[in-house]
Amino acid sequence: MKIVKIDKKTWAAGIEKLTASYRLFGPVKEGDFHNFKELGSGEAPDLDCLNTRLSAKAIIYPQSENMFEYSLDESREDHHILKEVDTDYSPRAVIGIRPCDAKAFELVGLNFDTSEYKDPYWIKAREATTLIGLACSSPGSNCFCTTAGCGPFHEDGLDALVVDTGDHFLAKILTEKGEQLFAAAGWKQEAKAAGKQIEALKQEAEAKIASSVNTDNLSALDTTQLYNASFWEDVSFSCINCGTCTFVCPTCWCFDIQDETHGNSGVRMRNWDSCMYPLFTLHGTGHNPRGTKLHRVRQRFMHKLKYYVDKYDAGIQCVGCGRCVRSCPVNIDIRRVCELMNSFDSEKDTCAA
Amino acid sequence: MLSYIDKIKEISSRLLKDGTVDMIIGFRRGTVPMMNEPHFAKTTGDVEQLVWDSNCGINLANYLANRTEKIGIIAKGCDSRNIVTHIIENKIKREQLTIIGVPCKGMIDKRRINAMFDGEILQVAENGNTITVSGDGFEKKLEKDDMLQQNCRLCIHRNPVIYDELVAEQVEEQQDIDRYADIREIEALPPKEKESYFTDLFSACIRCYACRNACPLCYCPTCFVDESRPQWVGKSQDPADIKTFHFLRAYHCAGRCTDCGSCERVCPVGINMRILTRKLEKDSFELFGWEAGLSMDVRPPLDTYKPGDPDDFIK
Amino acid sequence: MQNPYLPYPVRIDDITIETEDKNLKTFRFVFLNPEDENKFDYQAGQFAELSVTGKGEIPIGIASSPTEKGFVMFTVNKVGLVSSHLHAMQAGDIMGIRGPLGNWYPWEQLEGKNVVIIGGGFAFTTLRSSIIYMLDPANRSRFKDIHVIYGARSPGMLLYWDELSQWEKRDDINMHITVDGTDDPNWKYNTGFVPTITEQKAPPADKDTYAIICGPPIMIKFTQPVLDKLGYSHDKIIMSLENRMKCGIGMCGRCNIGEQFVCKDGPVFTLEQLNQTPKEY
Repeated sequence: MKIVKIDKKTWAAGIEKLTASYRLFGPVKEGDFHNFKELGSGEAPDLDCLNTRLSAKAIIYPQSENMFEYSLDESREDHHILKEVDTDYSPRAVIGIRPCDAKAFELVGLNFDTSEYKDPYWIKAREATTLIGLACSSPGSNCFCTTAGCGPFHEDGLDALVVDTGDHFLAKILTEKGEQLFAAAGWKQEAKAAGKQIEALKQEAEAKIASSVNTDNLSALDTTQLYNASFWEDVSFSCINCGTCTFVCPTCWCFDIQDETHGNSGVRMRNWDSCMYPLFTLHGTGHNPRGTKLHRVRQRFMHKLKYYVDKYDAGIQCVGCGRCVRSCPVNIDIRRVCELMNSFDSEKDTCAA
Repeated sequence: MLSYIDKIKEISSRLLKDGTVDMIIGFRRGTVPMMNEPHFAKTTGDVEQLVWDSNCGINLANYLANRTEKIGIIAKGCDSRNIVTHIIENKIKREQLTIIGVPCKGMIDKRRINAMFDGEILQVAENGNTITVSGDGFEKKLEKDDMLQQNCRLCIHRNPVIYDELVAEQVEEQQDIDRYADIREIEALPPKEKESYFTDLFSACIRCYACRNACPLCYCPTCFVDESRPQWVGKSQDPADIKTFHFLRAYHCAGRCTDCGSCERVCPVGINMRILTRKLEKDSFELFGWEAGLSMDVRPPLDTYKPGDPDDFIK
Repeated sequence: MQNPYLPYPVRIDDITIETEDKNLKTFRFVFLNPEDENKFDYQAGQFAELSVTGKGEIPIGIASSPTEKGFVMFTVNKVGLVSSHLHAMQAGDIMGIRGPLGNWYPWEQLEGKNVVIIGGGFAFTTLRSSIIYMLDPANRSRFKDIHVIYGARSPGMLLYWDELSQWEKRDDINMHITVDGTDDPNWKYNTGFVPTITEQKAPPADKDTYAIICGPPIMIKFTQPVLDKLGYSHDKIIMSLENRMKCGIGMCGRCNIGEQFVCKDGPVFTLEQLNQTPKEY
């Protein structure tokens, strides 16, 4: 694995060079918050951002995405027949993505890229994207990545990891795609001996993570007993069933499919959906298998912390970015729920059905 | 307001113990600064978890609709007005409720305080009118009165309008408040500028519907925005659909909104959608002399017709 | 990369009104591109997404049998946006079919066994597919006794009436048709709810007998204790579930029961499997 040293003075020029071969995305400050935006010429990613308000998932998986188009005009040969839309899958790169958001793509990939079915929209966008991570030297107080299978210097999902040492950047090139991007930017000064420095900075950053979850017991728990645990009423009471937690989450992937027609033509599109919404599971008959907010809150946490764990054996469906903790309007805290689940003891749970 | 909590706990324990109520709806301590979580207490043990401070901005009336238990609910001025509205609209029965009134001096604006500091805020402590904000390498004392949510700064009904118990002496209501200065400015904009003002206002919306779901008024079994037959509103991020949602929701709150501020407070992307509800509140006041939720004996203006109702807006 | 969301274009070939309330219609589709018929290689018990262009998709069990060639057939209840629009469409109209989706009744496991089919109301569609499949001359010898208990509210609400009466006449299938009630003096079949008729007519449990149940929740709720009473073990009770679906391929996230997706891991589960999962269906 190669380590490249980037003089901070050459950073902006390198970014500018990349615009010739990539659509660039990065964190940009808008109002009081940072968000990922496509960068215009001369625009640089803001590397002072602790983390963005919304995750990077929309770069690969937009909130609204056209899948097909159609015409209802019966004078046309192809009327009522769906055609794939033209989508720009030219190379794109995200500069300054945090390791948690990159790792999230790996977790989400288990859903969209399976042996039986492949979601072409997600996969093509993912393949087109190079992820240049920015290691977190000062993690936030709600970050619990180190106990969520991730970390401030975590490399899964990234093509390169950039570390800010203060004087300069050190970048670990992790994949072929990362190699190509660095060549295109003209950053090529190898720093062979810098591995130890990065390791030291990594340990320093990991030590700053003050928040944690325990997940060691989750896979051993019995699904139906956990499902029937008495704490769900307490957990779900304050929930207002908005979709904030699911929309800010980098690992939530659920969607809805909709046809939208204007005049004689239209598109079949997909939009982010949320397990928090009653409509998500409502049958045509009016029956709703997840008809109460207790059902819906339980589904979110059971999915992330139990079903996913059992289904893929790849840890929890959470990277510890802390966004849902910060954004939940009523302060439902996944760390607290995870603790209740992980320490669940069916024999002591008096109210369990 | 910190001193209220002892009284809140005392009343709550008493009501639970003597069987007056099955549950108390209040707040418990949050896990992040400036956040408390709506919470229910069913036992005197649970009561110990209850808290009260300047971070109780969520409107608890939102947790009442269609509940069947006997409930003790902790209510600020705005919550109490929404309780009145709920009773008028048959979402809860007065006899089910024991209202524990809280004379309110306002809730602090977490978003504004967060934006004042470059570093992450790790702790916010409250003492009288002093809010002490601290983080890694900084500490600053702020006057609470300067840090209130906008709706609290403009509030003229701080005392509960309906209650069974009161946790403290009533507070003095704010006088000479101009509630609608910003609304008048928007009203005065030429149509094009008005349009772009609203486009900007809602540009960050992610359609999570937190504003709707935190609102005690939004209890429709199926919101118009979720209807599929007919489908009134598209589901994508089309700005026209997003604006349609916000405008229509505001209209549904006309003559009912108490400006409790929950919608704005809960918005994860910081949209001030109260601009819309306050415009309608202003109209309700100017056209009908109406303020929502002040009395259980008067029907809301959009519920009734009077021959003298203003009609010069019909052109 | 094959796009699993892209429907095959089809033409509506024929529409039959199935029930007296006109709420159920059977649609016969022909693929616009003949090669698509081969790609749409299905088994009895699977479903497909019917795609009405401009309105959306609905997951519907396949009512035709893989042994029937040249068309596919679906019986659709009019309930929501897409199904209402579909009910207003005409033969000749163009739409789409996406699938086949989900798993199917365990035909290999059922080989050499007695099969008891228990159906109610309009949930008889994949059961029709199964019966046609098993009665096919190439297949009949692979299965032992076949029993069918099928009920509806009234005679006019029974699906596939012509076929039911033909099956009644055959000696290689035991038919037990029933209705909740009727004032037709000429009604010559059973009267009574499906659970009751099951108790009277279903063969006793043994290691070679499997029950396939498909019907409204209320029927299932009361039939299961009857099967328990008859001694059917839960690994021999096979059920087909319904949940709200969109993608049909286990990706959109809404139809799960526990870690299983009804659309991809189901819709067919044994009761033994369902006992292990949250009852969110």
